[in-house]
Amino acid sequence: MNNIQSLTKKGSFYLPENISANLGQFDILFYVIFWLSVILFVGLLIFGFFFIISGKRQQDDQLAKKQITHNVKLEVIWTVIPTLIVIIIFFWGFKEYLIMRTTAPNALEIYVSGKKWFWEFTYPNGKKAIDELVVPVNQPIKLIMSSTDVLHSFYLPNLRVKRDVIPNRYTVMSFESAKLGNYNIFCTEYCGDQHSNMKAILKVVDSDDYTSFLNEVDFDESIPLSEAGANIYVKKGCNACHSVDGSNMIGPTWKGLYNKNREFADGTYAKADEVYLKESILYPQRKIVKGYQNVMPSYQGLLVDKEIDAIIEYIKELSK
Amino acid sequence: MKNFITEKKGILSWLFTLDHKRIGIMYLVSIFAAFALGGFAALILRFELLSPDKILLTAKQYNQMFTLHGAVMVFLFIVPSIPATLGNFFLPLQLGANDVAFPRLNLASYHIYLLGALFCVASIILGSVDTGWTFYTPYSTSTDTAVIMMVTGVFILGFSSILTGVNFISTIHYLRAPGMTWFRMPLFVWSLYATSIIQVLATPVLAITLVLLMIERVWGIGIFDPAIGGDPVLFQHFFWFYSHPAVYIMILPAMGIMNEVVTTFCRKNIFGYAAIAYSSIAIAIISFLVWGHHLFTSESEVAATIFSFLTFLVAIPSGIKVFNWIATMYKGSIDLKAPFLYFLGFMFLFVIGGFTGIFLGALAIDIHLHDTYFVVAHFHYVMFGGTLYAFLSGMHYWWPKMFGRMYSEFMAKIAFWLIFIGFNMTFFVQFIMGSKGMPRRYYSYIEEFQIYHQISTVGSWLLGVGFIVMLVYLIQSLRSKEQAPDNPWGALTLEWTIPSPPQYHAFEKTPVVDKGPYEFGVEKP
Repeated sequence: MNNIQSLTKKGSFYLPENISANLGQFDILFYVIFWLSVILFVGLLIFGFFFIISGKRQQDDQLAKKQITHNVKLEVIWTVIPTLIVIIIFFWGFKEYLIMRTTAPNALEIYVSGKKWFWEFTYPNGKKAIDELVVPVNQPIKLIMSSTDVLHSFYLPNLRVKRDVIPNRYTVMSFESAKLGNYNIFCTEYCGDQHSNMKAILKVVDSDDYTSFLNEVDFDESIPLSEAGANIYVKKGCNACHSVDGSNMIGPTWKGLYNKNREFADGTYAKADEVYLKESILYPQRKIVKGYQNVMPSYQGLLVDKEIDAIIEYIKELSK
Repeated sequence: MKNFITEKKGILSWLFTLDHKRIGIMYLVSIFAAFALGGFAALILRFELLSPDKILLTAKQYNQMFTLHGAVMVFLFIVPSIPATLGNFFLPLQLGANDVAFPRLNLASYHIYLLGALFCVASIILGSVDTGWTFYTPYSTSTDTAVIMMVTGVFILGFSSILTGVNFISTIHYLRAPGMTWFRMPLFVWSLYATSIIQVLATPVLAITLVLLMIERVWGIGIFDPAIGGDPVLFQHFFWFYSHPAVYIMILPAMGIMNEVVTTFCRKNIFGYAAIAYSSIAIAIISFLVWGHHLFTSESEVAATIFSFLTFLVAIPSGIKVFNWIATMYKGSIDLKAPFLYFLGFMFLFVIGGFTGIFLGALAIDIHLHDTYFVVAHFHYVMFGGTLYAFLSGMHYWWPKMFGRMYSEFMAKIAFWLIFIGFNMTFFVQFIMGSKGMPRRYYSYIEEFQIYHQISTVGSWLLGVGFIVMLVYLIQSLRSKEQAPDNPWGALTLEWTIPSPPQYHAFEKTPVVDKGPYEFGVEKP
């Protein structure tokens, strides 16, 4: 995919590059906890090592030098100080959480739908995109998310935000990116076979590019129909489940599919002609090919007729 | 002189014994088998992750494998590990009793464990489950794998856990030797008491949840599946209402063992007996109030805030225990034998597990780290570095008592270092890739994470070798003829006053207790 910014090579030792415009002190808090932990850990280590070296048993019958069963002053100190520290960390974490969860009133609203196994984005003007979230830079964004099947979770590591995507319920996540570029989007709630391939790209662009993206004609009329179909195959996420080289994935391969006889789970048969192919794209649950699961979401409203034509031509091309 | 092993012969005399010691040994063998199965699955998983592309397994097989690893390790290994094996064997002996309060119930809980394990293993053959050990809905109600079989197994295992808990509580209340007041009990007993309370109170909730899940899968009643009017987040609440306290079922007995080991190998009285005893009970109570921290990315903001606060509270009693153990080492006479090495390993790893828990408790930070490898590393530091290390420590500590044979100290040290280095290599690197954004339960991953995965996998091989070495020297010790002393470490609790291995009736005369469990003497200047 078009050069996504590295998570491991950029940013600090433990955290990926931070591109957020509104995150507050997230990274600072992370490293404050980190260094506090390191200091306390090393402190405990030093005490431990010192006690071992100074108390190592030399003879078998050697007894302890002293027996101390309690020390109220010490115990109060090591109860009260850690309690104070964690209360401070609690409030700090809570404060950052509120910032994270607060949506600016002028936020741009984009609907997100999680499906096995791709992300669909719907923009205010009705434009839809799959596995590609294009947003203008320095503009608060509000994602209104829902799932059509099982649980998913929408994760933007470079923005430090994540929210579960739940069927029959809307969850909201907001962010604002201060930096241009392409970034990773992962699904972080286990959702089945292709969970780890349920990736998308966050494209942060300037406002002119965003406007032209919104008005961009999805369908390129200048190239042959089957070639356009090949592009749609990748762009609309068909490639997550269907191969074009004959190998077996979640769904049947497209290679040699056209005009082949298909046997269905209910025992009926049909020839894979144009009518069948179009029906399978729009109403995939009607005819399930024997040996496969009923998992494909409907592409109704996601593809225009011309795009379906292009896919069918592409399948024909693959069957030559 | 006959002991409990030579008392009767034949496989049936074991399978239907009412002797808590024999039941403990049978549990020990069973959970070793479970650990081997779960560990084998882990090694395959790590091997597959050497490359983002396919090596051995398909995506679905990978998902089945990590479910197997998680479910076996949690339900068949780590929950019963310490209470059912070392607890069963040594709880009565530490109290000066000849058996638990209900020996038949004890045997029943073992048979129930076997039955549950049978269902879990059967589920592997009948289409291994691919839901993850958490069985989250609606995935678990819609997948075509053998969820019902596995869930039935876990449901049955729950009863084994409850019965053990009931038995231990009664034993502690009624079978203490004369003179053994509550505050003269060894702290291992205190920790088993706290554990038992959680087992009895929390496990039924898991059972109910799993029954609801089965009803939903079989009859399609909409409890959790939103497509038929249910709520998937409700399942998460139910599930973690058990499974968070279950974390303390795993760690409390581990902490209990640490008290026995640190006092014996430092020849020191425990620092802050009462604080440790009370903090076990405090942990048991607070553990019921923190389940929501598993749901920071799905529950409401108000709930998340409350649960974050309560989560920080539960950190305090655990921290106090660590300080107490370090203080106990002060001015001691320290013997660096294998059980104590595992104690030190426990301290090292458990503290790292604890500190990384602070990251996860802080709301904003958890949003970033939730469901990444950071969480995977965190709970392995607590469960493996904590519970398993304590279990290994206790096993090496009580091995001569259980079998009357001593293992090779030299080999034990080699295995310790292999496991310690292998463990840190496997899991520390997972903190880094997690906070860098690598999600968990991923069959494939973006290429830049490959180097982290490779380091982790090589670490897992070291771990594997370490455990094989351990298996070898433990078996060797059983074959040796040399009799271990009755009290090789110079410990003061009651189980060390009887022969190794103990006779069938451990105490011929009921002991009378007139002092605390750790009253070691002082070197004369």
